[in-house]
Amino acid sequence: MTTRSLPRILGAALLGAVIVVILSIKLNAFRDYQIAEIAIYVTAIAGLTVLTGLSGQISLGNGAFMLVGAYTTALLLEHLGGWPFIVALVISAAVTAVAGGIVGVAAARLHGPYLAGVTLMLGVALPALAYAYPGIFGGDQGLNVTYTTPGFLGQNFPLTRWQAWICSAVALVTLVLLANLGRSRVGRNWRAVRDDEVAAALSGVNVARARVLAFVVSATCAGMAGALLAVITALVAPGAYTITLSIALLTGAVIGGLGTLLGAIWGSLVIVLVPVYATDVATSHGLSTTIASNIPVAAYGVVLILVMLAFPQGIQGGVLWVLRLFGISAAHPAHEASPADAMPSAGETPARPHEKEGTQ
Amino acid sequence: MVEFLQFTLSGISFGMIYAAIALSLVLIWRGTRLLNFAQGGMAMFTTYIAIEVIYHTGSYWAGFVVALAAGIVLGTVAELVVIRPTLGRPELNAVIITIGLLILLEGLAGIFYGGQYRSFPTGFSVTGLKVGTTPLGISRFDVFVAAAVLVATLLLAVGFRYTSAGLRMRAAAFNASVARLSGIRVARVITVGWALAGLLGALAGVLVSPSTFLYPNSMDTIFVFGFTAAVIGGLDSPLGAVVGGLLLGVALSYTGGYLGSQVTALIALGILVVVLMVRPSGIFSGARVRRV
Repeated sequence: MTTRSLPRILGAALLGAVIVVILSIKLNAFRDYQIAEIAIYVTAIAGLTVLTGLSGQISLGNGAFMLVGAYTTALLLEHLGGWPFIVALVISAAVTAVAGGIVGVAAARLHGPYLAGVTLMLGVALPALAYAYPGIFGGDQGLNVTYTTPGFLGQNFPLTRWQAWICSAVALVTLVLLANLGRSRVGRNWRAVRDDEVAAALSGVNVARARVLAFVVSATCAGMAGALLAVITALVAPGAYTITLSIALLTGAVIGGLGTLLGAIWGSLVIVLVPVYATDVATSHGLSTTIASNIPVAAYGVVLILVMLAFPQGIQGGVLWVLRLFGISAAHPAHEASPADAMPSAGETPARPHEKEGTQ
Repeated sequence: MVEFLQFTLSGISFGMIYAAIALSLVLIWRGTRLLNFAQGGMAMFTTYIAIEVIYHTGSYWAGFVVALAAGIVLGTVAELVVIRPTLGRPELNAVIITIGLLILLEGLAGIFYGGQYRSFPTGFSVTGLKVGTTPLGISRFDVFVAAAVLVATLLLAVGFRYTSAGLRMRAAAFNASVARLSGIRVARVITVGWALAGLLGALAGVLVSPSTFLYPNSMDTIFVFGFTAAVIGGLDSPLGAVVGGLLLGVALSYTGGYLGSQVTALIALGILVVVLMVRPSGIFSGARVRRV
């Protein structure tokens, strides 16, 4: 399997890298910042879509893992000035992996809304730590993060373009690794656990280990996303990592197409671009600031509802449907082609664990 | 000792509000196996309607009644328009739709009413009650809050237990397919569940807003704690929702009183984790076999 799909995955990633480089050079600094932002969401949502879509565990608290990664990076860069960012990124990923392991172990017996409840509370409670220990975490003001372009690029290289590059690089590497992981024994175990825990256990899958591992992978992705967000916003404050962020991640994963990595990209595009676009439209019509600032919110809500009503399998499901309509589905280079090795469709994904909670 | 009593009583008052939200979530969960994330947003919106009615009529009770009616209408409309089409589809889809509905309602509230904090009137005096010279830490209005939710809960319990509509709702929640075969119109039962949930949410909104102020996000925290209460109690159990609400309300009141409000969320997480470690489906979950 891997022999056939690996070149395809690498080719798609290379294509993505080329697109990012061209766009980042053609577009202005604000758009470059958006590219970086989208790449960060892709990293975090890809991790969540693996957790929820493949292993069947819902998380409403992945924003908390981003918070862990962001504060780790901020503290490292503050105290270990002069170290390259990549070191901070790796350490942040490792720290969040441990955090994900702890949460995963605590959550291993929980399903459906009970898991949702614990992760939601985690997303609410963790930012409170920043307020409780202002000496370390800077309280409401948070911590400043200084990060500049590396010297070899020269004085005039725009910072936002460099940020777009590193964020996209991390996102693409993450996507490649997750795509491979999803096709490996680990991914098959996750799907087996998601579809039927008892059957998976009888087939020799260590259910608990598979579920915890999914949390570790998901948290690691979120931690890297948090580290990147800390660097591009130059600030880590609890206000940026509220439950709203966690919910946005889940929304992005489902809207894009749960369990598909391309869906993570679609979801990130919706999350970042729809509010910006709606704000542009609202302000260009000369509305009062109260109304202009709230129209994007309302419009975003409408978009979520409409996408879910129109595309039950998310945007990726809609894209595949259109491609099939033109009979070119199989020729499409990047999407998961044959049903045998495909990432699962969102169709049956989250339904199972919920169903099993049913009253008996 | 007096302090302890005060924290307990105010905890019960707040706990009843969490219980109302938890109960509304349980009603919807039993019917549709769905978490309604818009519950807090719906409550926020109906409370804005109440404030408008109170402003124009000058009567608190007119606003109170209109809010409850608006809750019923909003719950029904939400179910019929955006939730009904998702039945039989992946359950997370409906969850995302309720999140979309929440964001839409918050945006609309911002457009119509602006983002500023509005104070909300109470139906009763808010001066602290005393026994002799000892202040109890609660007011007449807090007593009304607890009583109102209690009455609503008891009415629901009696309705579920002793009316044929209640029997139909319990049957549909127990097993939708069998209920359908027995001639119960399950879709209609689900709509009624949403209407009742809307009513309970509206009640919670009107009761809590005097202490939290009203703004587009004002119900977010209340929703999170209401949800936590429902999870602690067990999402299939209306009794669990009330017990979970009271438990959480009192525990958080002690936390806020003795340790400071910054750690309330951490304590809530701790309680949740401990309860679910012992009972992974909430305190009042029925016995069921999961593993072979």
